[in-house]
Amino acid sequence: MSEPATPVTGNLLVADDVRKEFGGLIAVNDLEFTIPERSLVSLIGPNGAGKTTFFNMLTGLYRATSGTITFDGQDVTDRPPHAITKLGVGRTFQNIRLFPQMTALENVLVGMHSRLKGGILGSILGLPRVRREEREATEKARELLQFAGLRRVDEELAESLAYGDQRRLEVARALATEPKLLLLDEPTAGMNPQETVTFMDFVDKLREQRQLAILLIEHDMKVVMGISERVTVLDYGEKIAEGTPKEIQTDERVIEAYLGKAATT
Amino acid sequence: MPRRRDRARTSARAYRSELVQRSGLRAAGTYWDRLPGPVRTFAPALALLALAATYPFYLANLPGNFPVINEFPSVRSAVTIIVFTTMAVGLNVVVGYCGLLDLGYVAFYAIGAYTAGWLASGQFQQVKLHFGSVGITHDARGIHISIWLVLMCAAALTAMGGILIGLPTLRLRGDYLAIVTLGFGEIIPQFVRNADSLHGFDLTHGTFGISPIDAPGFGETLHRRVGLPASYQQEFNADRLFFWTALALLLLTIFCCIRLRDSRLGRAWIAIREDETAAGAMGIPLMRTKTWAYAIGAFFGGAAGAYVASFNQGAFPSQFNFNISVFLLCMVILGGMGSIWGVVIAGVILSWLNVEGLANIGTWLNNNVFPSGHNIEVAKYQFGIYGVVIVLMMMFRPQGLIPERRRKRELEEGSHGPLDEPVYELRGGDEPGAGERGEPKGPVPRG
Repeated sequence: MSEPATPVTGNLLVADDVRKEFGGLIAVNDLEFTIPERSLVSLIGPNGAGKTTFFNMLTGLYRATSGTITFDGQDVTDRPPHAITKLGVGRTFQNIRLFPQMTALENVLVGMHSRLKGGILGSILGLPRVRREEREATEKARELLQFAGLRRVDEELAESLAYGDQRRLEVARALATEPKLLLLDEPTAGMNPQETVTFMDFVDKLREQRQLAILLIEHDMKVVMGISERVTVLDYGEKIAEGTPKEIQTDERVIEAYLGKAATT
Repeated sequence: MPRRRDRARTSARAYRSELVQRSGLRAAGTYWDRLPGPVRTFAPALALLALAATYPFYLANLPGNFPVINEFPSVRSAVTIIVFTTMAVGLNVVVGYCGLLDLGYVAFYAIGAYTAGWLASGQFQQVKLHFGSVGITHDARGIHISIWLVLMCAAALTAMGGILIGLPTLRLRGDYLAIVTLGFGEIIPQFVRNADSLHGFDLTHGTFGISPIDAPGFGETLHRRVGLPASYQQEFNADRLFFWTALALLLLTIFCCIRLRDSRLGRAWIAIREDETAAGAMGIPLMRTKTWAYAIGAFFGGAAGAYVASFNQGAFPSQFNFNISVFLLCMVILGGMGSIWGVVIAGVILSWLNVEGLANIGTWLNNNVFPSGHNIEVAKYQFGIYGVVIVLMMMFRPQGLIPERRRKRELEEGSHGPLDEPVYELRGGDEPGAGERGEPKGPVPRG
């Protein structure tokens, strides 16, 4: 059943003692995590720290072994992915998962699925209501592509886009779900430093213009330091540090996790 | 590499345009280009439709001993061909759009046919219910409902059957789903074969099947007023009427499938086919959307099944073999998964081979190619031949006869725009991770 109300703190998402076990392996160990409204927080950690597992629990892809996740005042722990998306959580994937044989435009339109109503009979009969909705959705999808900095690719198949454009398209598609919270899973993976900088500028612009909360997962600390308000560090499924980027940079346990024990002594 | 290919393509294009210019085709071409868009879109389809619809009229004038194929299919065979094509178009929704491998489509055919049997025959002697039925005596016992209504009931009932089968199975993915649908495809014919005594109640009449099933028709009133046929079976040209009705059914199915493909639901199906996990994360309710695909595929399968039962005047368990499922799947694969026109063409070709073609080709081969005394019954090797065809298709043209629009675009290189504009540059190898994703084919636009 849904939790009574959003906590007073104005947290959009609250993860309470969330735990995920795969067989004997504890991937995420009783993690406490909150995302305040309209904030940009980051989750970092070395490979295999449990970042993506946690992410997948937030989006309903995995079911938490224990603990609860509350989004926008509602318990979403055991909800399927599409229901969580409908509540307002958009996401991208670590290794791009576009619909390769659909055009860029269609990819974005798929993202709008939960916001459109057109039913089977309406579509077959071509009712004016459905036609109008489709037209408006297409218009909006084009705007989103523009916003994401994708020009002249509307009719290109997603798989034929350049790598950086595919990343942008994933964001555009996630934005099409009209999220309140956008989860970006290592969005700059595979980008060169120049592309990374451009992309992070885009993320910054995104938050300002769309008034979203953004959760960024990164593996590379440098990327998130500039723009995050709060950084949480995971290692072996446990939160080892949390604070402003400055605090994190000097935290001993973080340095240890990233560089090994020898680096701290 | 691509540079050289570009040049080759440009010169090929120049050569082609020269050819066009030299022949009178150019004039025709410009005339064609000047026609309004809708005409250009629909004219070929309409011409084809007209050719198909008038088939019974010119069939008699077609040469009787055509090389290889011997003769053109009779109108009666053409009905079967069209009905099977309709089923293939329905299956295409499940397999081609939504990417769900369904090896038990024959179950829907069976449900449709038996619904017609229950609602339009003397199967249930205990009751007497007539509603708009034609061609039967007034005191005939059993349920006799107008075939037009029966078609709708059968479609609806089969769609419900699809949902019932779908709910437990569609959680499975890929191969597992295929196996379970295979199971259902076997269960239903077995059930109808054995449901002649359910606690003493005869539901399906066992191996004998339900027969006779009423024919379609418009009744005496409409016959007198508008001249529509009262009952197909009593008409002199019954086969022609069945042919045109089947054609209408096929057109309706194609129309619905095209509309659905271009709708919100169709996009969701294709998204699921492309990447189920991502589709779910983008807000598509997976179970519901897949169940809809299943139900709609079943809907058309059921309608076609009921129609063919009325055409054959009976529903018999021996019709519903696993072969049929595979056969329909072959049509979808051969035509190009997801491509309606491809499936229609492959459906027509394969069902023609099945009904008449193979036998005709066999006769021709025996008469003209093989030495006399070494007759081979080609029709016996039917499934071997289909198997070879599918293997060859997978090797040389995996996208099907007429690939689905998006697949075709993927294979066409010139789709990026004019070649002489230097907007496009070759994709560099500077991005890490490019290798594992596979190099894109051809030039890629750069913003």
